[in-house]
Amino acid sequence: MGGVAFSSLHLAVSGWGCVRNGRVLFRQLAFELASGQALVLKGRNGAGKSTLLRSLAGLLPWRAGALSWGGQSVRTSDAAYQQQLAYLGHQAGMSDALTGLENLQFALAMGGIAWNPAQAAPVLHALALNEVASRPLGRLSQGQRRRLGLARVVLSERPVWLLDEPDSSLDDAGGACLGQVLAAHLAAGGMAVVATHHGLALPQALTRTLDLSAPREATC
Amino acid sequence: MLKAVCLREVRLAARRPADALSGLVFFVMVGSLFPLALGPDSALLRQIAPGVMWVAALLAVLLGQHRLFESDWADGSLEQWVLAQAALPLLVGIKVAAQWLIAVLPLLIAAPLLGWQYGMDNASIAVLLAALALGTPSLSLLAALGAALTLGLRGQLLLTLVVLPLSIPILIFGSHAVTQAQLGLAAEPALSLLGACLCLALLVTPWAIAQALRLALE
Amino acid sequence: MNKPLTDFSRAWRWRQLASPPVFYQWAGRVWPWLAGLALLLAAAGLWVGFLLAPTDSQQGEVYRIIFLHVPAAWMSMFIYLVAALHAGLGLVYKTRLSPLLARALAPTGAVFTVIALWTGAAWGKPTWGAWWVWDARLTSELILLFLYLGYLGVVSAIEDSQRADSAGAIVLLAGVVNIPIIYFSVQWWSTLHQGATIRWDAAPSMTHSMLAGMLLMALACWAYSLAVALVRTRCLILERAQEERL
Repeated sequence: MGGVAFSSLHLAVSGWGCVRNGRVLFRQLAFELASGQALVLKGRNGAGKSTLLRSLAGLLPWRAGALSWGGQSVRTSDAAYQQQLAYLGHQAGMSDALTGLENLQFALAMGGIAWNPAQAAPVLHALALNEVASRPLGRLSQGQRRRLGLARVVLSERPVWLLDEPDSSLDDAGGACLGQVLAAHLAAGGMAVVATHHGLALPQALTRTLDLSAPREATC
Repeated sequence: MLKAVCLREVRLAARRPADALSGLVFFVMVGSLFPLALGPDSALLRQIAPGVMWVAALLAVLLGQHRLFESDWADGSLEQWVLAQAALPLLVGIKVAAQWLIAVLPLLIAAPLLGWQYGMDNASIAVLLAALALGTPSLSLLAALGAALTLGLRGQLLLTLVVLPLSIPILIFGSHAVTQAQLGLAAEPALSLLGACLCLALLVTPWAIAQALRLALE
Repeated sequence: MNKPLTDFSRAWRWRQLASPPVFYQWAGRVWPWLAGLALLLAAAGLWVGFLLAPTDSQQGEVYRIIFLHVPAAWMSMFIYLVAALHAGLGLVYKTRLSPLLARALAPTGAVFTVIALWTGAAWGKPTWGAWWVWDARLTSELILLFLYLGYLGVVSAIEDSQRADSAGAIVLLAGVVNIPIIYFSVQWWSTLHQGATIRWDAAPSMTHSMLAGMLLMALACWAYSLAVALVRTRCLILERAQEERL
């Protein structure tokens, strides 16, 4: 599935902090991630997992800390960095009134990728979306919408995946699909930062864990 | 990418026609209410016609734009817009332009009908169409700016309060143009002012809307 | 010590005012003086305006409203420009104090706009027989009031203070285009409002005592605005200090 391979990449964050609603959630957070590795974010609700993911995606401004990509310090607004990201948030990120296929076509067009049915078919098959992709998104269940979101991330051909609780609303089969897709991505040289409550079915060697519930400063 | 945005807007409008047509229906309704309320005095109707048309157009634009970003923000697609490859002001400009074509262009088609209802002569209606064509894009851009600034906040009143002061000059110039035409005077100065407002709006508002959208996502 | 060091330290001290705690101390010392100055200037201006200046040949005693109306109108425009400038600085450079200054200035600007509109109406009725006419200058001054109210509405409706600051800055900056319209409206359109009597390029065409009265009142309004803005900024600094920072 997908013939995209990524050359060696490196992401490093140092000194990151965040303030939400006038309260400091975190100070001096640091981590490094290399090609083929996944960073698992754990923590109770409200610990700041989504905030970290959104900051990495460039949706939240950085009030403290430094980001480096491939050894060079960048800002989240730099185009070169933005083009490496695929972000999956809490919501589907797609319109209810359009069908799954139309949503995927639009999302890929926004990322500058032409729609290739031959390339998309195996991905949809792996995520068990073949029957539902042509129905309007509003008629699908939460789990099916989540898998469509994952399909979007896979088809975007971006090396860095930022996934915010991708396993929420997924049944066991869906969770297995997610594990397969992630493993394939990491094997191809990509990297992922995943926030999850349940943990991922990935080999220990490939994952590092960052627990945001711990005392307010953490490194990993 | 721009074609993709237009295609998406058209598809969404086709699947949810109520949103797109609500502005048109509102315009026609408000325009028809005044003659009913004020009586059939044709001289009076002809005199108030420019003002009534413009106020109805302004309110119709404001009514529709409130929902411009709301649904995209609620289902998370706004985040994907911000993360897209193209510059956000450009995407925003295309989206507002597509919305103008879908929701506001019908107003221009309905305006002559209303104009005849008010007893306006053909020359005045022509100027009315020109003025609306120049003025409603600026109004759409301003309404989009208000919608982006107040995204996620409850209550439509704040949106109106922010947008109204900036749209009053367009209202005045547009109505003035049609009044001049009705009196047989030249409408070009007022139309040029409308064009100037449009140029200014096109230059400034897409960037401001993009900034406001990023703020709303923080 | 030596002169160069003193000059350097004076410039450095002004830059330090950009820090909220330093500004807080400085404003606390300065605002009573400004308030006192405002009172003195206002007393002087009102005395000159109402007792010293002669009766106008055309309008009689009613014209004396000018000593309230014109300074209020000037201040309404000037405060808007200063607030927009600070809001813009805060938006671009992310300084901590600039958005607070904009928030502190806006209510005073709105008050002066209301005074200008109200005294203008009070002047218009006996002079031209109408409380209000929809000419260019009056309409654009009314738009200015709505712009102030829009800004105040936006910053109070958004709970997240940084989003509120930035959104308010966008609103203020979008409305800046209105100020030249107000100022030049009497030149661009034929309006009922009289043209500019005080110009940059020619001698004013009013008697010296009238001019003196107006300038004194204008300076009084300026001192009052500064004093009030400083007090309000101090309150805002205290409020913001409640929020934690990285």
